[in-house]
Amino acid sequence: MSKKLYVARSPRIAARKLGQEMLVMSGQGSTLFTLNPTATVLWQAADGATTLDEIVERRICAEFEVKPEEAMRDAEALAEDLARHGILLISEQPISEQAMARADSPGQEQR
Amino acid sequence: MGALMQEMSERALRLGVPFSVQLDLTYRCNEQCVHCYLDHDDHGEMTTVEIKHLLKEMAEAGVFILTLSGGEIFMRKDFFEILEHARALTFCIKLKTNAVLIREAQAARLRDLGVESIQVSIYSHRPEVHDAITKIPGSLRRSINAIRFLKSQGLKVIIANVLMTENMQDYHGVRALADELGTECTLDPTVTPMMDGGRSTLDLNAGESALRTLFRDEAFVGNVDEFCALPPAPDENSMESLPCSAGHTACYVSPYGEFYPCVQFPLSCGNVRQQRFVDIWRNSEQLKEVRSIRLRDLSSCSQCAHGSTCTRCPGLAFMEGNMRGPSTADCEKSFARTGIPSANLLAKKQNPSVPRLVQIQLVPAITGSRLSGMGAPQVM
Repeated sequence: MSKKLYVARSPRIAARKLGQEMLVMSGQGSTLFTLNPTATVLWQAADGATTLDEIVERRICAEFEVKPEEAMRDAEALAEDLARHGILLISEQPISEQAMARADSPGQEQR
Repeated sequence: MGALMQEMSERALRLGVPFSVQLDLTYRCNEQCVHCYLDHDDHGEMTTVEIKHLLKEMAEAGVFILTLSGGEIFMRKDFFEILEHARALTFCIKLKTNAVLIREAQAARLRDLGVESIQVSIYSHRPEVHDAITKIPGSLRRSINAIRFLKSQGLKVIIANVLMTENMQDYHGVRALADELGTECTLDPTVTPMMDGGRSTLDLNAGESALRTLFRDEAFVGNVDEFCALPPAPDENSMESLPCSAGHTACYVSPYGEFYPCVQFPLSCGNVRQQRFVDIWRNSEQLKEVRSIRLRDLSSCSQCAHGSTCTRCPGLAFMEGNMRGPSTADCEKSFARTGIPSANLLAKKQNPSVPRLVQIQLVPAITGSRLSGMGAPQVM
């Protein structure tokens, strides 16, 4: 991933912070996940308007003792993983609420 | 998912978080089921604004699973507005409904809003039986049509079948219907007292003979030998065990804002119209008392052979007069399962008397925004 990537929380998931972890259930298939504190920060900051590298720089590196390159590498892998499970949307363009709804509709592909 | 959900529920228990809440939006209903214990008149339901405010408080308190039930949820004109608000707060939403008012458009909307599951009450695969229970001609056909609409949207549907004298012979047919429709199916042979303390609905409970037959049906219980095995003697661990999740990780809020440990446990702990949800959850003396109870504290059950395996419902025990006492309906199930009478049944045999049923207490009359209301267990 060398391009700027925007990330957004899927609107169809259920989520709640329980202790330090985020409990997330994807609508499709009722799959349940827990996100560790780092993933929780990324997921909470994924508003569709902020790029992944901005989230890494401003939130993850600021809150956790981690080198920026390493954090970026882990964040990209994590974002891809969350996107595969339908928890996160990834785009090279800012993701509007309308785009989130469209991407989550039946028959629409999402990363 | 089951193991992880169990782990999360245990974590919620350690953290003191109300992980799962049932909120009844209304007691009004478009069916008139013979076994229902509710007063279907509107005694002052929470407004849309009040419910939205409550949902925000619940989200802040950590509630993850939100079950919206009734009455019939679709009787509220603002149902989708409430649901949309709840989903924006990222609750995991489960619905309980008779589905009679669900058409293609409603099913599509539920899908778009990301509802986790919809539980639909079906009492028989035969219209003459189901419609006689709901007292609404054509209700089975409409509920089944709705299930097809919901399934066509890819939604998870669970058929809930309350077994009683009227439909005891039909659960295989309901199971087959569920298979045909591609839904899950749950069976519950428990009819509860009415909300005003009346016991007329209890006459609908399946008798001992029917329960015994049911509990020896592989289609219902799986491994019959395992299900009907003699109970092991309660050990130290079981003596320290919690009766159920009521008041520990789960609670119930009525359409009038009354807060109870569970839908089947009408012990008022406060009203969300007067107090913040989280303050009731943390500080209610009634909830603290419920949370303090362990098997060792139960006068009859701690001495009972079924102590470690009984499905004793503390709410039904409360309605019998003592939240630390036995729930006779569960004693009867344990007996039907194993052939061994519970300590409570043996005592009743020696001293037969009609069990005292606590009348569910009415909230004081309206003062300002305080509305008369009452708690009521809910069977859908």
